Amino acid sequence: MTALLEARGLSKRFGGVLALDGLDLSVAPNEIIGLIGPNGSGKTTFFNVITGIYDADAGQVAFSGADITNASPRTVYQAGISRTFQRSRLSLPLSIFDNIMIGNHKRLNQGLWFNLVRRAEFKREFEVAFRAAHSLVEVFEPRLAGRIFEPVAGLPMIDRRRIEICRALISEPKLLLLDEPFAGMTRDETSELMKDILLVRERNKNLTIIIVEHEMGVIERITNRCVVLNFGRKIGEGPYREVAADAQVQEAYLGAA
Amino acid sequence: MAGETEKSRVTLWPGLIALAAATGYFIALLATENQVLIISLLGVGMAAVLAAAWLQLLDSASRSFLDYEDALGGFAILAALAVAAFFHEDHFVLLLVITVLLYTVATLGLNIQFGYAGVLNFAGASFFGIGAYTSAVLNAHTALPHLIVLVIGGLLAALIGSLLLLPVLRTRGHYAAIVTIAFALLFRTFLEVNDVLGGPQGMQVPGMKILGWAFNNNIEIGKISLSFYMNYYVLSLLLLIGVFVVVRRLDRSWIGLNLDALRLDETAASCFGLDVVRWKITAFLIGNFIIGIAGALFGMVGSFVAPNNYTFADSLILVSILLLGGIGNPWGLIIATAIVVVVPEKLQTIQEYRFLLYALLVIAVLLFRPEGLLPRPVRRYFPRWRP
Repeated sequence: MTALLEARGLSKRFGGVLALDGLDLSVAPNEIIGLIGPNGSGKTTFFNVITGIYDADAGQVAFSGADITNASPRTVYQAGISRTFQRSRLSLPLSIFDNIMIGNHKRLNQGLWFNLVRRAEFKREFEVAFRAAHSLVEVFEPRLAGRIFEPVAGLPMIDRRRIEICRALISEPKLLLLDEPFAGMTRDETSELMKDILLVRERNKNLTIIIVEHEMGVIERITNRCVVLNFGRKIGEGPYREVAADAQVQEAYLGAA
Repeated sequence: MAGETEKSRVTLWPGLIALAAATGYFIALLATENQVLIISLLGVGMAAVLAAAWLQLLDSASRSFLDYEDALGGFAILAALAVAAFFHEDHFVLLLVITVLLYTVATLGLNIQFGYAGVLNFAGASFFGIGAYTSAVLNAHTALPHLIVLVIGGLLAALIGSLLLLPVLRTRGHYAAIVTIAFALLFRTFLEVNDVLGGPQGMQVPGMKILGWAFNNNIEIGKISLSFYMNYYVLSLLLLIGVFVVVRRLDRSWIGLNLDALRLDETAASCFGLDVVRWKITAFLIGNFIIGIAGALFGMVGSFVAPNNYTFADSLILVSILLLGGIGNPWGLIIATAIVVVVPEKLQTIQEYRFLLYALLVIAVLLFRPEGLLPRPVRRYFPRWRP
């Protein structure tokens, strides 16, 4: 089977630090991959290089067979990759609906004439977009669906994470990058949000997910396969149980015995 | 649901009463000459607003403005016509209200740039001036129809503004602001040393004529005579209505959302396919186009342009109107412009201290009501639409 995402020899240097050091990573369609490793091992940098926020210093990235090395964030999004951010990056004064529509950019008509003059057509597009956003939010949390025109600012962290994931999913991407979606959450909130993600996955079997997470219980439950990074290099790969038993991985996390 | 029933109880009345009260107050303020009376009127006005805010009457008024905007917009036009009818012979008052109308148009342009897209522009008065000088030159030296001159004024403001695009796009925040400040200072110096444009003395602007109708003649209808400013008043009001509708539609569209998204988080927006450069350029050009049209008409109204009228200080006044009114709320901008333009004119005794007054007002608003007099509500694409 051909890989959906294929990174080869990916390197990224910040001054004297090699955040990514010749990383090879291949993701098959429909996989859920856990990207784990100690803080500073290059997980978020990997996301940022893939999505075009940083340019790679060396290496290639291919997505669905097309080269997307150093493509702009726009191109990467258009190709069907979307993401969430480690620190929630919602636009707080805007409504839930508006935040989700930011993620729907490629399916909305952006023409000046359409937006300013063709208001009847705009309204039809708005209604279609509303139904899509409403039913997506409903999967996560029916309570939020009723408050879709209220600002995000007043919502608790777990709801903000849900909305961020909705924003990433609304455009029906092929690949979803989740950057520590459970950071700072209680155990109950974590399992609640995890159920939501698994439900979305249940409804869309074609969705491939790469998830960065420190909560190993989560990684064990959701992922098919794990990739372990340390100092920007891959030091382990395989199902969670195998990886967790690996001596090198244990050393990276816990230090040399 | 509780929220839904509460919304359905919103009626037209609070908005209509607020509008009528504001119009009556505005007329009274404009008609009063006695300085003591004016000061007490201003005091009463402030007390009334604070009391209304305390009794939460302002909130219900702004809710009804949100839900019945079209109807109340129609009443606001009637109110503007009532003001005009009341002062139909008074050149000075009509000129003052025209100034309010056209400054509001200019701040609506600035609002697209700064309020929506977050692109700072401290050269608003310069782009206003480009429009005014366009009128001066084209009305004097060409036979171009004057309505087209207005459009050219807007286009020139947008075109000259595009010179700033490269430095503005390459810098962010404070640095972009400094680029526009430099432009404002350069623009004035350029006008002062340029003899073709009249140098420091400025130029006359021939009055407007549309299809042979000369705007600078008083109007006689039977026994009623109207000030010639009534021509400009009607045209300025039409311009304001048009620009208001455009800004409203812009805000309530995907484009308004794009501009908000890039203002609030450029990186996140670009990760969802937003072309940051394209939308910054769009906002900057549309904003300057609107400011330029307002300036072109204002040049013809005032029949005279000079570098001193388009200084950096005037640009600051435009920005302070924006901060005062409530960034992103067009209704707030109308009120703020009325305050900033009318109060110093009526209070002759404080003329010298007007900048002190603006500064205090802006500081007070930033301290006590950081989102302005009328904060911007959350976007509703179609306010009366329910799922």
